[in-house]
Amino acid sequence: MTKRYDAASGMPGAVNDLSFEVPAGAICVLVGPSGCGKTTSLKMVNRLIEPSAGQILLDGVDVGTENVTALRRRIGYVIQQVGLFPHLTVERNVAVVPGLVGWSRERQRTRSRDLLSMVGLDPDRYADRYPSQLSGGERQRVGVARALAADPSLMLMDEPFAAVDPIVRERLQDEFLRVQRQLAKTILFVTHDVDEAIKMGDLIAVLEDGGRLAQFGPPDEILARPASEFVARFVGQDRGLKRLSLRTVADLKVEPIGHADELPAFLSSTTLRDALSILLAADTRGGIALDEAGLPRGLVTVDAIASALADDAQIDTART
Amino acid sequence: MDVFSATAQWLADPMHWQSANGIPARLFEHVALSAVSLILSGCVAMPLGLWIGHTGRFSWLVVSSANAWRALPSFALIGLLVPFTTVIDPNLGFTLYPTLIAMIVLAGPPVLVNAYQGVAGVDRDLVEAARAMGMRERQVLLGLEIPIALPVLATGVRSAAVQVIATATLGATFGFGGLGRFIVLGDANQDNGELFGGVVLVAALALLTQALFTLLERRLVSPGLATHTAG
Amino acid sequence: MNGEPLVRWDWLFAHLGPIADRVVQHLYLAAIAVGIGFAISFALAALSIRRRRLFPLISILATGVYAIPSFALFAALVAVTGLSVLTAEIPLVLYTLVLFVPNIVAGFDAVPGDVLEAADGLGYTAGERWWRVELPLAVPLVVAGLRLATVSTIGLVTVSAILGNSLGGLGYYILDGYHRHFTTEILVGGLLSIGLAALADLGCVLLQRLLTPWAAARVAVR
Repeated sequence: MTKRYDAASGMPGAVNDLSFEVPAGAICVLVGPSGCGKTTSLKMVNRLIEPSAGQILLDGVDVGTENVTALRRRIGYVIQQVGLFPHLTVERNVAVVPGLVGWSRERQRTRSRDLLSMVGLDPDRYADRYPSQLSGGERQRVGVARALAADPSLMLMDEPFAAVDPIVRERLQDEFLRVQRQLAKTILFVTHDVDEAIKMGDLIAVLEDGGRLAQFGPPDEILARPASEFVARFVGQDRGLKRLSLRTVADLKVEPIGHADELPAFLSSTTLRDALSILLAADTRGGIALDEAGLPRGLVTVDAIASALADDAQIDTART
Repeated sequence: MDVFSATAQWLADPMHWQSANGIPARLFEHVALSAVSLILSGCVAMPLGLWIGHTGRFSWLVVSSANAWRALPSFALIGLLVPFTTVIDPNLGFTLYPTLIAMIVLAGPPVLVNAYQGVAGVDRDLVEAARAMGMRERQVLLGLEIPIALPVLATGVRSAAVQVIATATLGATFGFGGLGRFIVLGDANQDNGELFGGVVLVAALALLTQALFTLLERRLVSPGLATHTAG
Repeated sequence: MNGEPLVRWDWLFAHLGPIADRVVQHLYLAAIAVGIGFAISFALAALSIRRRRLFPLISILATGVYAIPSFALFAALVAVTGLSVLTAEIPLVLYTLVLFVPNIVAGFDAVPGDVLEAADGLGYTAGERWWRVELPLAVPLVVAGLRLATVSTIGLVTVSAILGNSLGGLGYYILDGYHRHFTTEILVGGLLSIGLAALADLGCVLLQRLLTPWAAARVAVR
């Protein structure tokens, strides 16, 4: 199941000749500076904005040919301010689309409660509350649950985590990735934050002013081989370090430990970036990499981390 | 003859413009007493509303007076005052006092409520900044809150003015003078010309008052405030 | 007045029937005006929302009508439509417009933009969105307008007493009592009118609580 994108929008210069393909079950992030047309592009998928030229194919079918209401009911949509209905309880909010497509009240309730659990909200505590009683983070979770309710094949998310503070945002991102691992939805995610793009995306589409596609590919590729001056500037001069955050200590080749003085220890899940940061601060000759069971695997050094960037051969296991 | 010509004839008749009960006399009566009521009421209601808005104390007074005012029909109020005012003075208490007192009472709440809302509605951050700059309470009220609140205050005064004019008109049924008198007499004497003449005069006065106060509102508001006065 | 006791209870108890009739008449006149006024205002408000440029015009007209004293309007209509319920109802309906229309328009304007966008994105048709999202959320301000209009109309019904003995609801007692120097009658008419208005006000407050259960849940957890 794929989604192919091939469009130009009605607004002059808003989006121009955007073309890419997203495989099923992947998160594709649309990222770029303000005004680059990323939100416009997203809204063309569920036809909140109609494209003036080109096609958007969902599983091979042009979305323009389908009845727009039916289309929207099978696409999940999450926006920055969430837009929860103030006059409905949380449970009813989540059940909106199932209600629209005619599920029984019983089934709606069950589904609603299941989804609330999935996004980390205890249904017994939250189901009968109203949106005005929730915090920003809680509202966003309900928004995601609502988008997932009718089990859509595709999810559209427009800067969903931008309106909360950084700590909450990180938690929401992590939890969302956890849910995605279970559900494997196809997701189009818009953000202006390049770090969020790198963290969340399986594929990244970098857009520049005028809605032109500057580069399309997996995060590591964008960081390692930016296609243009613009992309290089957009991802930042520290893209080398950013690439390090995509890999963990588990990927590194190790040396024998020798005498284990007071060396820092790294879990297998520690990113290379964090490991580098700790090593630089500790000013030791290296650190001890632990395996999944917590047992020492070997010594990792700053040099090893540095060459991991330059030479792909240093990487033990390919990152999936 | 039809209503229009009768009215036109009545209005054109010079006799009606001269006598002691003529149009100018009644007009003066109406306007003067309305103005007096508005001023008397305003002198109490305005400062009170401003003070409550600025300090935030006794706001329940504003809320309950707004509710009471809404639920109090002027017709009933005037009527209910009569038994009491006639005790004070059998003559004037039967004609002048009830309506006059009603006018004063009913002019209060619009001014009070709007004064309160106007001042209370000023952005609290601005007030805090003013205090931080060293402005004393009185200066904050006079120099900051009132100028910003002016549009709302002016709307309140306008509402009160319209209310007062209407109450005075109604009072004619209860022996009050003013332009309403022509309507009452015209009805009693089956004189359509007089009745409609009165209606025209009353309507004209009301609309003129409304327009005048609206103009005043526009003038009073500082150009820096991008406001649209709520009708 | 005139050395009589303030309240003549015997008169009161002898006339309970006619008084009750007058109360019913009063409510009847008010209900018709509010009902018709609401319908017309809703249409005008819908028009104002669609054609924004019309709104100032409608506002000015309604405000202008409202400024004209009810007494004058009632009297003026007698010549046109005679002494009838219609004569009483026309001004009453007109006076509700200036209270209803701005509140209805504001009610719909108050629906947050992100809620509308979410509704569209989730797949509501235009009709479903209006009926299930916009209307419920517009209710608070609309009911506020209803409250103002109902209370104001109940007050204005008293003025219709000038149209004759057959109308006016409780206003009849006020006027009649005045002319006859009969305090009891004035008190009955006056106090009952105020009582009715206050009850209507309360009723609308309760209605609002009933229709907007979500507004009561105002505890925002941070």
